[in-house]
Amino acid sequence: MQARRAAAFLLASGSLLLLAACGADDFDENEKKAIRSLSLAALPERPIDPSNRVSGDPRAAAFGALLFTDTGLSGNASMSCATCHKPERQFQDDLPRGVGAAETDRRTMPLAGVAWSPWQFWDGRRDSLWAQALAPLEDAREHAGNRTAFAHHLAARHARRYAELFGPLPALDHLPADAGPKGTPAERAAWAAMSPDDREAVNRVFSNLGKALAAFEETLRPPQTRFDRFAAAMLEGREPEAGNDLSDLEREGLKLFIGKANCLECHNGPRFTDDHFHNTGVPPVAGRADDAGRADGIAEVLADPFNCLGTYSDAEPDACTALRFMRRDRAAMQRAYKTPSLRGAASRPPYMHAGQFASLDEVIDHYSRAPAAVSGRTELRGVVLTERGRKALVAFLKTLDPQRASDP
Amino acid sequence: MSSQAETGKNRFILALFGLVIAAVAVYAGYRLLAPPPPQIDVTYNTVSADGLYQVTFETDLQPVPVGETHAWILTVTTPDGAPVSDAEIAVDGGMPAHGHGLPTEPKVTENLGEGRYRVEGMRFNMGGHWEIRVGISATPGLDEAKFNIDL
Repeated sequence: MQARRAAAFLLASGSLLLLAACGADDFDENEKKAIRSLSLAALPERPIDPSNRVSGDPRAAAFGALLFTDTGLSGNASMSCATCHKPERQFQDDLPRGVGAAETDRRTMPLAGVAWSPWQFWDGRRDSLWAQALAPLEDAREHAGNRTAFAHHLAARHARRYAELFGPLPALDHLPADAGPKGTPAERAAWAAMSPDDREAVNRVFSNLGKALAAFEETLRPPQTRFDRFAAAMLEGREPEAGNDLSDLEREGLKLFIGKANCLECHNGPRFTDDHFHNTGVPPVAGRADDAGRADGIAEVLADPFNCLGTYSDAEPDACTALRFMRRDRAAMQRAYKTPSLRGAASRPPYMHAGQFASLDEVIDHYSRAPAAVSGRTELRGVVLTERGRKALVAFLKTLDPQRASDP
Repeated sequence: MSSQAETGKNRFILALFGLVIAAVAVYAGYRLLAPPPPQIDVTYNTVSADGLYQVTFETDLQPVPVGETHAWILTVTTPDGAPVSDAEIAVDGGMPAHGHGLPTEPKVTENLGEGRYRVEGMRFNMGGHWEIRVGISATPGLDEAKFNIDL
């Protein structure tokens, strides 16, 4: 009897202690600091890309917006950047792997906030937005176009706008209709037969095409979300406006996210990414070629003629910090992929670099189990989550969704 | 002793026990809700492992940022304060608790003289405890200095 009463008393005292620790606004100072670091209030000014002389130029952005949806920039005149980067779908396509002229190997990435990203593609094989924009244009599975065809198209359709930004186009009439170093054997042969000066002139036009596209893409800012409005109110010590509060479950998810679920190790900062590459043991897609991720991206970005240190870059070499101080340790980057932003992620399955997981539940299950990587070593250590904890994490991630369909 | 007295004594002990627990609960609640004590001032000043060098650093961005590539100025002197201006320096580091290194490969890009060296490409990609190791080779010998940084 007495033992039971003592136990009841202990239980009551214990509950008191718990209550004291878990009030409605139970984020401690460290948690508040983490919440601020994730909110858009912590997003620095939009950086200007020193390698792109039209970066930050509104005229270039307007020209880039036209080019972004221009199907003339493809081998069969039916595809544009917007074919996979759909503006009404956060500039991605909801497919496990993007489909241009054929299916590619990787998930199409959304574009909000790309201006802040030092590396492009899942494996960081490009070091600027303009160098990135060039790659799909002449990839046989994407736009399947070629460099002289792009130059001819610009001359036919966009000569005036081009000239306003980059000066007059060079003489192109004597050049083949289709030629490029990455096209069909016939296109490659035609490219090899061109004079070095002509190839150089076309490369210059090609790089400017990328720079205009980049000037548009860098204007796509991550939109304010319910989480950002909640964070702003919390940090100012006021109640969130109606509709901007987080439910108990969402708060629990946020607490887990910044706490014991270890998400902040990679998904940190206002874009929820550390802009680095990690092996998280995500399984390969059955029946597809081996994919080493960042391990291969390192050599590719160094060899890219359009990188920050190349002839077509407008940057002083000193300004190319990402490339100059890039981690070159290939072994450590085996099957490592860029940390994607989690802003808007809840409403754009499937997940991972090749769409391996169909739902956030599958993603959380993977992070919880932390299976070994097929090659390289996973950085995951696994985390034990309750059923409610899993639901809470998903609920929190949904607070990062854009609130209007027109949001990037 | 009667059983009545026995019960009374036990009740008293139980009440005392309850009071102690309540006090602990209130104190714990206070500790949880009260602002944490001010952070310990981190001095970016250290002596290398074998005591050959005194090493300090300053950064071009303050406070030391997370998610931004930035530069350090390292100052290397002998323990008695004489500048070491002929050093070969290598910088590396990582997070011991997570078993990963820096996301970049920082390098000394300029010897500024007077024992001062410019290190570019410093980058921390998450908050928490980082360890930066500075390998120094100069006339006094080979040694390594270590900085512990909490971000």
